[in-house]
Amino acid sequence: MLDVNHIRKDFPMLSGKKMQGFPLIYFDNAATTFKPQSVIDAVVSYYTDQSVNIHRGDYDLSYQVSQAYEDARETVAKFIRCKSEEVIFTSGASASLNLVAYGWGKKHLKENDVILTTEAEHASNILPWFDTAKTTKALIEYIPLETDGQLTLENIRKAMHSRVKVVTLPHISNVLGYIAPIKEIAKVAHEYGAILVVDGAQSVPHIPTDVTDWDVDFLSFSGHKMCAPTGIGVLYGKLDLLKAMDPVTLGGGSNARFDVTGNIIMKNPPFKFESGTPAIEALFGLKAAIDYLSNIGMEEIMNYEHELKQYLVSKIQSFSHITVYNKEALTGIVTFNANGIFAQDAATYISSRGIAVRSGHHCAKILMDEMGTTETLRASLYFYNTKEEIDAFVEVLRDITLEKCVDLFF
Amino acid sequence: MNMLDPMILRQIIMDHYQYPRNKRLVDDEHYHMVHMASESCIDDIKVQVNIEDGIIKDMCFDGIACTISTASTSILTDLVKGKTIEEAKELISLYMDMIMLKEVNLEPLEEAIAFHQVGKQANRIKCATIGWNALSQIIEESEE
Repeated sequence: MLDVNHIRKDFPMLSGKKMQGFPLIYFDNAATTFKPQSVIDAVVSYYTDQSVNIHRGDYDLSYQVSQAYEDARETVAKFIRCKSEEVIFTSGASASLNLVAYGWGKKHLKENDVILTTEAEHASNILPWFDTAKTTKALIEYIPLETDGQLTLENIRKAMHSRVKVVTLPHISNVLGYIAPIKEIAKVAHEYGAILVVDGAQSVPHIPTDVTDWDVDFLSFSGHKMCAPTGIGVLYGKLDLLKAMDPVTLGGGSNARFDVTGNIIMKNPPFKFESGTPAIEALFGLKAAIDYLSNIGMEEIMNYEHELKQYLVSKIQSFSHITVYNKEALTGIVTFNANGIFAQDAATYISSRGIAVRSGHHCAKILMDEMGTTETLRASLYFYNTKEEIDAFVEVLRDITLEKCVDLFF
Repeated sequence: MNMLDPMILRQIIMDHYQYPRNKRLVDDEHYHMVHMASESCIDDIKVQVNIEDGIIKDMCFDGIACTISTASTSILTDLVKGKTIEEAKELISLYMDMIMLKEVNLEPLEEAIAFHQVGKQANRIKCATIGWNALSQIIEESEE
């Protein structure tokens, strides 16, 4: 059983911070997460004790940092269950998704090939594919969602056909928090000869990941949504796909040899995709974050977050002035509205009581068009949140009114 | 009665949010239109203005907007109807000064004085000015 009070002591941001005079309650974990001291220490320790570049120089310090860098790659590989050469470090999930769309998509897609996605897609997964479709003359098609916003295997089957070459989906939707049946989806995609690209930004931080068992072709995620620093992310790709994929940035570190006539011999994956000096300290932070999460256990984290979510939903679903849109979702995301109050106004009021939630379309405008709701509030929980925080939040929601929201302006 | 009584000003904002005036779009080539979509928030409205012989004959709007955006735009549409372009420019300039918490004579702004404290919530200034900026843009375009 996860000991949340013990866990909270590890997070400086959870030690008495206030917002607008109230104890800070942070329910915007789908946007980014707080860092435990061990992650902060890992970042600082790189600058205090090492501070040199990787893969350069024939001196001890550089050798040690390079070793630590590759150890961190090994840690990530174990965490998502793949080979370490299948782990590419990027600046974040958006960069990872761009790398697939440009590096793989532009090389392999042809006219009339189809990129299949959902209406629930996050901007960073769909926009690069829009651009790739334009240059390759491939087409974008959408898998219809159920009316509650869920993605079903049946709808995916119906949308598949022989021209579909790429299926690209979020494992967990950042708006509604539903978990897609990713292993079954991979099977269907492969039956048609398509590859499956999974946006794991909302799943890898919250549930156990096993890319080998799921048989997905690419998986992207960001460090900062899982207690690691900003500026570091991962693209997992199956080794044979990575070999057949082009880098989108060229430069130092990615090539083995080149000459003045323009001949380049690229290094093998993952190095051919990692030009330039990376965010070394951020990667050491990511390693510390993965060690931290693994020590608690991803299964425990998943169960606890869902328990918190159910607790929150059970308290607010009887309020006649609150609508919850995703009661069925098995994650820690609660999407809701206070009826008659524009989401941004409600969020401003909630924030005036020290509680951080997100209002808006959450970068998934297409989904909102489909749901007929233009804006929602989202409370996204993490393993360091507590039932006491939820109780305080419920009290704020219990008597939220339009008058109170407007009163903030006087 | 205190002109800045919060109870009354709150009622003005709520009334214009719940029953916005001139919330419609028209299909009429005499109207200039601008599309105001905020990069940082959800507000996404279209504003139309009919200017004839230097006079604002009509102003209307529609779209997705929060309480402050809706109410401040609704109040503006009522306020400027029948005013000359010069008068409208003066009102806009006065309103912007008020929003920036400057000491100004609020009288000509009528119901728009409801927003005299919005500047305290700095992140919502763009909501309180979205319709006013739209009108300003349209006037500029009409003068080109």
